[in-house]
Amino acid sequence: MNLILVTFIILLAFTSYYFGRKKALVIQSSQRLTALPKFYGYYLAAWCAAPALIIFALWSVFEPSIVKTFILQDYTDQNLTKNELQLIYTKVKALAAGTYTGNITNFLDESANKYIQLKGIANSAKVAIILAILIFSLSFAYRSVQKNDRMREPVEIFLKWVLFVASLGAVLVTIGIVFSLLFEAIRFFQAVKIFDFIFGTHWYPAKTFVRDGQPDPELMKDAFGAVPLFAGTFFIAFIAMCVAIPIGLLSGIYLSEYAGRGVRKYAKPIIEILAGIPTVVYGFFAALTVGPFVKEIGNAMGLEVSAESALAAGAVMGVMIIPFISSLSDDVMTAVPQNLRDGSYAMGATKSETVKKVIFPAALPGIVGSILLAVSRAVGETMIVVMASGLAANLTMNPLESTSTITAQIVVILIGDQQFGDPKTQSAFALGISLFIVTLFLNVIALSVVKKYREKYE
Amino acid sequence: MSKIKAENVNVYYGSKQALFDVSIDIAEKEVTALIGPSGCGKSTFLRCLNRMNDVIEICRVEGSIKMDNLELNSRKLDVVRLRENVGMVFQKPNPFPKTIYENVAYGPTIHGIAQSKEEMDQIVETSLKKAALWNEVKDRLDEIGTGLSGGQQQRLCIARAISVSPEVILMDEPCSALDPIATAQIEELIDDLKKEVTIVIVTHSMSQAARVSQKTGFFHLGKLIEFGPTDKIFKNPDNQQTQDYITGRFG
Repeated sequence: MNLILVTFIILLAFTSYYFGRKKALVIQSSQRLTALPKFYGYYLAAWCAAPALIIFALWSVFEPSIVKTFILQDYTDQNLTKNELQLIYTKVKALAAGTYTGNITNFLDESANKYIQLKGIANSAKVAIILAILIFSLSFAYRSVQKNDRMREPVEIFLKWVLFVASLGAVLVTIGIVFSLLFEAIRFFQAVKIFDFIFGTHWYPAKTFVRDGQPDPELMKDAFGAVPLFAGTFFIAFIAMCVAIPIGLLSGIYLSEYAGRGVRKYAKPIIEILAGIPTVVYGFFAALTVGPFVKEIGNAMGLEVSAESALAAGAVMGVMIIPFISSLSDDVMTAVPQNLRDGSYAMGATKSETVKKVIFPAALPGIVGSILLAVSRAVGETMIVVMASGLAANLTMNPLESTSTITAQIVVILIGDQQFGDPKTQSAFALGISLFIVTLFLNVIALSVVKKYREKYE
Repeated sequence: MSKIKAENVNVYYGSKQALFDVSIDIAEKEVTALIGPSGCGKSTFLRCLNRMNDVIEICRVEGSIKMDNLELNSRKLDVVRLRENVGMVFQKPNPFPKTIYENVAYGPTIHGIAQSKEEMDQIVETSLKKAALWNEVKDRLDEIGTGLSGGQQQRLCIARAISVSPEVILMDEPCSALDPIATAQIEELIDDLKKEVTIVIVTHSMSQAARVSQKTGFFHLGKLIEFGPTDKIFKNPDNQQTQDYITGRFG
């Protein structure tokens, strides 16, 4: 029903576009148009679709809760809690849909009939109202077209609002995500002291699991220390950057300054393919190939190496990040104006001197930007760590031992059956928001660094 | 006395020939102007003199260009040494995004000319003075070179070029991006510089060629049509095409 209604509105809007344009051509024969004929079409189409769709959307949002209020009115005298009322309403809906399997009481049956009836009324009312609005707004718009009012401005204003609503949507969703993280995190911090979370050195949430009951507060104190996770996150990211920055930068320099056109044409896409490999693939590459390889080499050298080592995960993550750095730094260095290169060569500078003294400094803001982008990518990377570096949150600075990161722990916490009110589950949100704050902080630093260098070099 | 002697120079961009059998004698400590309509090959010829065409992958140069009996168009030539001796100033001012001091010190640094900080300071000061820029920038040598005005930037580029004491300076339309006052300053500078260095200047402005140069070469469609003393080229050219171009009948 809803689908038919929306399709009808959209078809009508298209029709009114062509109708409006045709009407404009008719007007043109007797008087000067106020805008191009297509604006007449847009005007009619916008008036046709926008009000009807807005009302339709509002109706769809509010209808269920209004119907619910009507149904539950009959139960107000029974002194039920909110959850029980919700359960009854779910039962009524299921009964009306014919999917209810429990005991059917008279009272429920009555409610279900009432529900079906209300739904029917609501549907007919919706169709009637929307048709009325269509007729009203179309006739209003058609009258303006007939009077040959100014068409361009209303259409432009309408477009501005469409764009505004789109950006508003994006902003609101972001704010919503942040707040949902924040509220759950606050609930977590009611159970666990924020001090214990930030400065605790022991992460072992499974310890708090108690069947049917509140966990011991003493246990809670020592189970949610996030220091090992932060340390692990930055440690693995550091290993990754040790691999990615030199290789990425040097290959970026080669591609932009040294490679011939033929080499560049093929090498650049091939490097960029690295960025398109799913991280899961990197994950099992790290877990099944690099991890054992590192272990073997370590054992041959007489070192004790865990099969799941931070080194393996970090190194593979570094490989994954290479294209970010090489491709972006290649782009920014290629964008350095040719006349700077010419100026340097004409002074008798060699290629490497030109790169070191002119191109690289001029491209530095972009290069720093690409590196910081790569860092936040490394900090947020999950899959490789989950697969290759183990899940035990060791507080260690030894790259040959296994360690875990924030993102990997969030995965561990949220897979499988979870109880929502449990501090263990809520700790995922606390981790999530701390990760968010860290990456936000990184981005702010990145922007200010870039800005500082840009001021210096432009 | 002849400083640079080019014989039968042909230049190709891919399969397209840009210069046809250009032969020219450039005299020492004089200003030689190259004029001609756009795309006639005068800049291409200029770039042969310091091997800047090497930067363009598809470019191929044939023929002989000798500077003081050193063959420039040879694989064995040390391009770095050549460019130390043959400086270049470009059409658009292109100071590096560094400080004014670093811009001028760039050449001496990469060629290891200065032995000490004092010596470098001295080179920077002399170069800026020769480029008639010292008085304007002496109090702000640590400011960014790109922050100067267009004319100042171009004089900074000239200072950069003369910092390594080249024997020849090539100028590729050095005033085309500048206003008349800045242009006059640069022309005055060229007049001063020719006491010490040989200058080859490509220009679109015939009046500029007439003002600053002693010899003028007229290029058309990749050929050197006429070459001789500036006075003669502008007052009494041998060739009808030159006559037409000078009087503004085409180009």
